[in-house]
Amino acid sequence: MFEDFKILYHQGKQYIPDLTTVEVPGIFRGRPVITNENVDENLLIDMCPTMAISTNPVSIDLGKCTFCGECSFAFPSKIQFTKDYKISSNIRERLIVKAGDTGFVELDAEKIRKEIKKIFGGSLKLRQVSAAGDNSCELELNATGNVNFDVGRFGIEFVASPRHADGIVITGPISENMAEPLQICYDATPAPKIIILAGTDAISGGIFAGSKALNRSFLDKYPIDLYVPGNPVHPLTFINGVLSLLGKGKK
Amino acid sequence: MNYSVLKNNQRVQFASIPVIAYESFIETISGMLEDKNNHCVNFFGFPSDNKVKLICCIASDTESCIHVTSTNVETGSSLPSATAHNLSFEKFEREIHENFGIKYTDHPWLKPVRYPFYRNDKSQNISNYPFYSIESEELHEVGVGPIHAGIIEPGHFRFLCNGEQILHLEIQLGYQHRGIEPLFIEKKKLNERVTLAENIAGDTVVGHTTAFTNLWESLCDYTPTPDLKFNRTLALEHERIAIHTGDLSAICTDIAYQLGSSVYGRLRTPVINYFQKWCGNRLAKSLIRPGKTNFPFTKELAKEWFKTFEDYDPDFQEMSKRLFDLPSALARLERTGVVSAETATNIGMVGMAARASGLLRDIRQTHPHDFYQEIGYDPVLQTTGDVYARINIRMEEIIESMDYMVDLINHMPDPARKHPAMSAPIPDSFVVSLVEGWRGEICHTAITDDKGDLLIYKIKDPSYHNWLALALAVRNNDISDFPICNKSFGLSYCGHDL
Ligand code: SF4
Repeated sequence: MFEDFKILYHQGKQYIPDLTTVEVPGIFRGRPVITNENVDENLLIDMCPTMAISTNPVSIDLGKCTFCGECSFAFPSKIQFTKDYKISSNIRERLIVKAGDTGFVELDAEKIRKEIKKIFGGSLKLRQVSAAGDNSCELELNATGNVNFDVGRFGIEFVASPRHADGIVITGPISENMAEPLQICYDATPAPKIIILAGTDAISGGIFAGSKALNRSFLDKYPIDLYVPGNPVHPLTFINGVLSLLGKGKK
Repeated sequence: MNYSVLKNNQRVQFASIPVIAYESFIETISGMLEDKNNHCVNFFGFPSDNKVKLICCIASDTESCIHVTSTNVETGSSLPSATAHNLSFEKFEREIHENFGIKYTDHPWLKPVRYPFYRNDKSQNISNYPFYSIESEELHEVGVGPIHAGIIEPGHFRFLCNGEQILHLEIQLGYQHRGIEPLFIEKKKLNERVTLAENIAGDTVVGHTTAFTNLWESLCDYTPTPDLKFNRTLALEHERIAIHTGDLSAICTDIAYQLGSSVYGRLRTPVINYFQKWCGNRLAKSLIRPGKTNFPFTKELAKEWFKTFEDYDPDFQEMSKRLFDLPSALARLERTGVVSAETATNIGMVGMAARASGLLRDIRQTHPHDFYQEIGYDPVLQTTGDVYARINIRMEEIIESMDYMVDLINHMPDPARKHPAMSAPIPDSFVVSLVEGWRGEICHTAITDDKGDLLIYKIKDPSYHNWLALALAVRNNDISDFPICNKSFGLSYCGHDL
C-alpha cells in the first residue's frame, strides 16, 4: 500500500489544466499560413503525396493533407505550418486554407444542428469505428481519455456499444470489407446521433483515395457533423473540435 | 544451384534467381526448413506470362543470408502443398490460393486470408466466411467483432467453448484491407510511396518506413550517409520503447490494475512527445525518407532525449518493480496463454512473441542493417511462452533499448552537409528488406521491370506469422483470459490486411 502511495506521489500532476490554450511541445504542423509569393506552382503541386495542394490561389486542403511538411521545406517563404491545432470544422470547405488567409479554421455555429448542444452539451458518448484505420488515429483517440488529456472531464467518453452511444467517430478510409459493419454499427446507434470523421484517411481517403479496396458510399448518405484533420489527429485537435461542436469551445 | 543467396538489402538481378520445377521447388523450400535456424520470411505469387510465378524467401539465421528460389505454375491448377511438409507455410499458401485460385490438394486449412479486392473467387465474401464448427449440445460458439469494445481495429474472433473453456479459436481478418500492395505499383512518385509505407501500420511507422527506405535505396544502388542510418536505428529503438510502454499500460487495464494502467499510460506521453519534438508527429510520420531527412538529429535533440529519459527511467523502474512483484497481477499473467518453443518453431513465429517462447528470431541480431552491427545487440529471451513472458520481455526490452540509445547517441555521427542525390531504381532488380520492428520481423520485397518501374511490391508484417500463435495460445484457457492473451501479442490488423 505504502509503495503504491509512493508511486502515486512520484507521478506529480500529469493532467493538462486547460486543454483549449495549452501549447503543443516541440514542432507541430497545424494550420498552415500561405503567403502570396510567386513560386513554381507545378513543382509545389507535384511534391504533395495526397494532392492536397491546388492553385488559383494556392491552397491546402487539410482534409487531404498528411502534414508531412514537404511543401513547407521546399518553399518555406510560401508555406509555413503554425502550431495552431484547432483545425476542425463542421463545413468541409472550411478545411481549405488559401494563400493570404489569416483567419482560424472554425466551425460554422449556424450550421450546427440545434439539438446537439441541447441534448449532448453535458454528456456525449461516442462509439469509435475503425474502418481500415491504420491504428494511429485509434491510438490518439485512446489518448484523449488518458490522465494527461482526460477528456472525460467534459462528459465526453468513448463507449463499448453503439447502443450506448450518441454518435460514431470514424477513422480510416473505409474499406469495402468494413462498409457493412460500419452501417450496422450506425444503425444500432439511437437517434439523434452525430457522425465525426477523424483523420485525413476518413475525411478524404488520404493516401488511399481511389483505391479499389475502398467503399466510401456510407459518407454520401448522411450529413457529417465534424471533420477533424490530422495524420493522425492530435488529441487536442479532436478535443477542441468536439468542444466547439458542443458549443463549449473557446477561441 | 536451386536458389540464390543474398543478404538483407542486397540488390540482385531478378533474372538471376533460379526458376525450377514445382516439385523441386517444394522439396527445396521444405528441405531448408528442416534446419531450425531457417525460417520463411516471404512466399508469394504474381502473374507472369499467363502463369503464376511463385517466389519463396527463406532466411538463415546462422548465416545471415536469405535463400531465394522461384517456380512457375498455371493459374487455378491443383498442386501438392509445401504446408504438408511444414506448417509454417500455411498462411502463405492460403494467400496464393486466395489470389490465384491455386488448389492445394493436401493443405489442411485452405481458407480465405483477407478478402482482397483482387481475390480470384469474387463469390467469396467477408460476410460468408466458412467458420469451423462442431455440432454438439455441450459446446457453444461465441462471436466477437469485427468491431470490438475499445478503440481498436476490427477483426472477428469465433470461439468454440466448452463452458468457460476455449477449445478452439478462429480468427478472421481482412476488414482492414486497403489494397496497399497494388497502390505501391499504381502510385509512381517516391513521396507517395513513402507515405504509403508510413500508413501500413500507424503503430509501426518507423519499422515499415525503414523497411521501405532501405529497400528503395538498395533498388537505386544508393548508399545512405551514416547520419541517415543512425536516425533510422535510433528511431526504431525509440518506437519500440514508446509502443512497449503503451502496451504495458494496456495490459494493466485488461487485468484491472488501475495504477499500472495510468502510470505506464502517462509514461508513454513524453516518449511519443519526443517524436513530436524531433519531427512534429507523435508517431514519427514524416521522419524517415529515402536518401534524405527533413529532421536531422541534432545535439539539442540529444540533450532533450537524455532529459526525457532521466525523468522516465526512475518512474518506469519503480512501476515495473511493483507490477512484477504484485501477486494479484502475476496470478493473471503466469501460465496463461502458453505457446511452447516447439509450437513457435512449427508455425514460424517471429519477433518479441517468439523470443518470449525461447525462440531466437531477431533481425537485429541475425540480419543486421543500419547501425545494428555496431550496437553489439544481445537479444532478451524468455522461456515460459506465457502472457507473463510476453509482458516481461517488453519491460526488459525497454531497458535494453534505452541502453542502446544512450550508446548510439554518445557515438552519434556528424550530420552530412549534403546528401547525395538519388537516381531511379535499376531495371530488373530484386531486393528483400528485413527490419526488426517492435512486434518483430518486417519484410518488404520488391521487383523492378526492364524499365526500372516497380513490378511487384510485397509486404509482410510480423502479425502475418503471429495471429495463428494467438489462436493456439488460448486453447484450454478460460475465455475471460482472452483479452490479456490478445493484448500480450499486440498484433496488427491493418499490417496483416494491407
Ligand atoms: S504538408 Fe500537406 S500539403 Fe504539404 S506536401 Fe505534405 S501533404 Fe501536401
